[in-house]
Amino acid sequence: MADKKKLGAYICKGCGISERLDIDELAKIAKSDGKVAIAKQHDFLCNSDGVKMIQADIDAGEVSHIVIAACSRRAKTDAFRFDNVAIARTNLREGVIWVRPDTEDAKETTQEMAEDYIRMGCAEVKFMTLPSASGEQGRVDHVLVVGGGFTGLTAALEIAKAGYLATIVEKTGALGGTAAQLYKRTPVRSPFADPQDNGIADLIQQIESNDKITVHLNATVSKTEGAPGRFNADISPDIGTKTFGSIIQASGFTPYDATQLPEFSYGKTPDVVDQLGLEALAKEANGGAIKRPSDGKEVKNVVFVQCAGQRSEKEGHLSYCSGHCCMTSVKQAMYFKDANPTVDAMVIYTELRMPGAAGEDFYRNGQDKGVTFTKGIVSEVVSEAGKVSVKFKDLILNEEVDLESDLVVLATGMVANSGIDSEILLTEEDEKTEEKAEEKTEEKTIIPIVPAESILNLEYRQGPDLPQLVNGFTDSHFICFPYETRRTGIYAAGPVRRPMDMAQATEDATGAALKAIQALENAGIGRAAHPRSGDLSFPIFRKEGCTQCKRCTVECPFGAINEDEKGYPQFNEARCRRCGTCMGACPVRVISFENYSVETVGQAIKSVDMPDEFDEKPRLLVLACENDAYPALDMAGMTRREYSAFVRIIPVRCLGSVNTIWISDALNSGYDGIILMGCQKGDDYQCHFVKGSEMAHYRMSKIGDTLQQLQLETERVQTYEIAITDMERVPKIINDMAATIEKIGMNPFKF
Amino acid sequence: MSEQYRNNFLREVEANVEEGEWVKRCMQCGVCSGSCPLGPHWEHPPQELFMMIRAGKRDEVLKSSSMWMCTSCYNCIARCPRELPITHIMHGLAHYAERLGLAPKNQQTNKFAQRFWNNLSKTGRVNELKLTLSFYFMNGFMAGVKMSLNMQKVGLGMLLSKRLNPFEILGGHGCKDSKGLQAILKKAREIEDAKIAKFQG
Ligand code: SF4
Ligand code: SF4
Ligand code: SF4
Ligand code: SF4
Repeated sequence: MADKKKLGAYICKGCGISERLDIDELAKIAKSDGKVAIAKQHDFLCNSDGVKMIQADIDAGEVSHIVIAACSRRAKTDAFRFDNVAIARTNLREGVIWVRPDTEDAKETTQEMAEDYIRMGCAEVKFMTLPSASGEQGRVDHVLVVGGGFTGLTAALEIAKAGYLATIVEKTGALGGTAAQLYKRTPVRSPFADPQDNGIADLIQQIESNDKITVHLNATVSKTEGAPGRFNADISPDIGTKTFGSIIQASGFTPYDATQLPEFSYGKTPDVVDQLGLEALAKEANGGAIKRPSDGKEVKNVVFVQCAGQRSEKEGHLSYCSGHCCMTSVKQAMYFKDANPTVDAMVIYTELRMPGAAGEDFYRNGQDKGVTFTKGIVSEVVSEAGKVSVKFKDLILNEEVDLESDLVVLATGMVANSGIDSEILLTEEDEKTEEKAEEKTEEKTIIPIVPAESILNLEYRQGPDLPQLVNGFTDSHFICFPYETRRTGIYAAGPVRRPMDMAQATEDATGAALKAIQALENAGIGRAAHPRSGDLSFPIFRKEGCTQCKRCTVECPFGAINEDEKGYPQFNEARCRRCGTCMGACPVRVISFENYSVETVGQAIKSVDMPDEFDEKPRLLVLACENDAYPALDMAGMTRREYSAFVRIIPVRCLGSVNTIWISDALNSGYDGIILMGCQKGDDYQCHFVKGSEMAHYRMSKIGDTLQQLQLETERVQTYEIAITDMERVPKIINDMAATIEKIGMNPFKF
Repeated sequence: MSEQYRNNFLREVEANVEEGEWVKRCMQCGVCSGSCPLGPHWEHPPQELFMMIRAGKRDEVLKSSSMWMCTSCYNCIARCPRELPITHIMHGLAHYAERLGLAPKNQQTNKFAQRFWNNLSKTGRVNELKLTLSFYFMNGFMAGVKMSLNMQKVGLGMLLSKRLNPFEILGGHGCKDSKGLQAILKKAREIEDAKIAKFQG
């Protein structure tokens, strides 16, 4: 194998590199230690001449594996994009000369740093192969949209407009969902003054007249299997199995059940309604005076109670803000004022949340129409002898008030229709297997607010529905990838993802539609969807060594791995995001990528020139997530923040891909300290692969025992959560580790 | 007449108080109260007054000494994010309370304001000498003598630099058509009274 690979190193002298480093020496090391056949230097490697030089060698068949020793792998990506060769980038600029002082004293250690990076680059590329698509892929230009409410309809229309087919599966007998129940919606255009038509009739008309869209009413998805590019969904009843390229789940929300708020008398009197109840009354009035349900008399005064059973830690209440209901109450108060300005409409709020410029304008317009706003907390709504009164505390005047009212409207919240929480299923299953012998475990206290019924019925080992994050909403990377759920090729849009109003749902539907199209296009040519969009590599699994421990199937954050009949993992390339978490999890290391493996990183770790114990030159290893930590390190260089010359940094796809063998290898080969830098984990995670950083932290928490067995100090291995903006913090972490090593002494395992 | 948290009083203020239609626009942020140099000494700072109006606390608002405390420094107007003309509303409320006879008696600002008005509306010009003297003696003869003695030096200085005309005491000058002015004022009062009457019923 190795003899077929032709290695070449190309070292750049530009950007001040040659003024600071001995380039001839680096070239020599590439040949002697790095075993490259060719080692060339160039004054400006990234200019057309330098690029031409490399391309000429590639075309002549001189090289198949190249090391580009120049700037960070994040810089000049266009110039250094070569087809059909494996490439490793060695970071001499941001990673060496920019983080070291230009002094005589520092010269030697800076040069050593550069030399090691050359060795590491050569070792890495030697163990790479050129990635190619698996051949598993299929292409289907058809998106399944689950849910025929406002979000689903908008998404389907966007998909059709972009030239693809869409099929809508709607559980009820009609399209339009909750939006169709609204008398009017909040305005979307300046001056944001009046409620406007809900637009649903027009939307349905567009859907029905579009020949790219198929609608199934009274239908559900009874089974989904496959992967992007080849999802097979059974549509019940009677429609049968259809194949789709990707899926959008727009299953919406269920209004919070207001009968759970006995303190507000909902259900005790018809004169206390929730917001949807008021929409029904407004529809009935159709612009005329709104009537009291109990006696049909015109409502002369109405009180809106904000945050009813929301933003509250009380049991059975929703802890979150549903986001739309403040706007909705203003809109509904306007229904009264527009019909009859002498009606008193008062909104009792604690914080009025009117998102966006539109919200603030709408609020002012509500005030101009004479809607009044009172900052207060409602404790009770009492219904007695046909009269309803609201008890509240006015927070500005600091007074308890008891106010009789014709009608009370409760702003209750949204509860996501996200199906069955797979995570709960999984833990239950684990408990079952682990504690079989034990007596019945205590009852679980988790009470789902909406009875869970699966929406997608996924035939995935990891559960039938999209994983949830908090409060029952589907999980997605909130900041960077809002629609990408943890099931590749399936996108969540609308209130199933987070509470939102119709304007936000429009954005969601459009975004998810584009993502669904991107996913099926990528799947068609065997490329990763996102965030490593375009990546051709995928996990290769060596069955012979597998012990069927199931760690990969459980730890894969994206449910990409099923199990075959014999209990072996079954990888679904198109469902995979290429994070490498499975590779990091595998205790027998049988999972790898063509261009990223236990070998490529392991060999790079071992390739450094390890000074002996008495040299007083410790070596620190940093494994840095390439998404946030590595850019932060680069930026530290760009802003010329210095850090220790003893450090050797290796970017990893995700901290989840770090296999503990790298840690023990590093300690065995004499590294004195190891730092792992990943993204923020937990409920407010920023990890691009959702669970990768968390897995890594978990695995590292177990490494303490190993260290103690080796009689090594636990401080030698540290794991950090790093944000992309941490350019000031990362040098400090490195320098602190250097200081720690100075204190506790060198690793005794140096050879 | 004005029920709690109904909008009757708010509507009354909108109709009868100068700039009163702005009250509903207040979003209760509290910046005005926090900006007012005299805020801590007010019974109800502006934000609270606006809330009280919306809560229908007619008597408490109109009988309050609060709005009489405003010095027209304009801090609040400069800062209100909702651009309410707060200063003007304060004076509007004070004026309205006085018209209804609800303003607190013996309130110093109110007393002086009344003297100023009487002085001005008579001839259409302010008679500074008379105004000053009426101000000095506003709280009784003894207090007036004391105040005059205190201000003696200033008065002499003004006399010497021709900033004060002692003959103004004999009547002083007025505007060209003070009869016309009286007619205008009378008419204005009638209009106001008619508006007020609407809300008295
Ligand atoms: S939008 Fe308003 S009413 Fe709804 S939960 Fe949030 S703050 Fe409360
Ligand atoms: S863990 Fe990551 S790399 Fe492995 S199968 Fe899952 S998505 Fe793919
Ligand atoms: S103008 Fe009047 S109310 Fe406004 S800050 Fe000044 S004194 Fe206070
Ligand atoms: S600053 Fe303006 S908006 Fe804020 S409380 Fe005062 S009047 Fe109201």
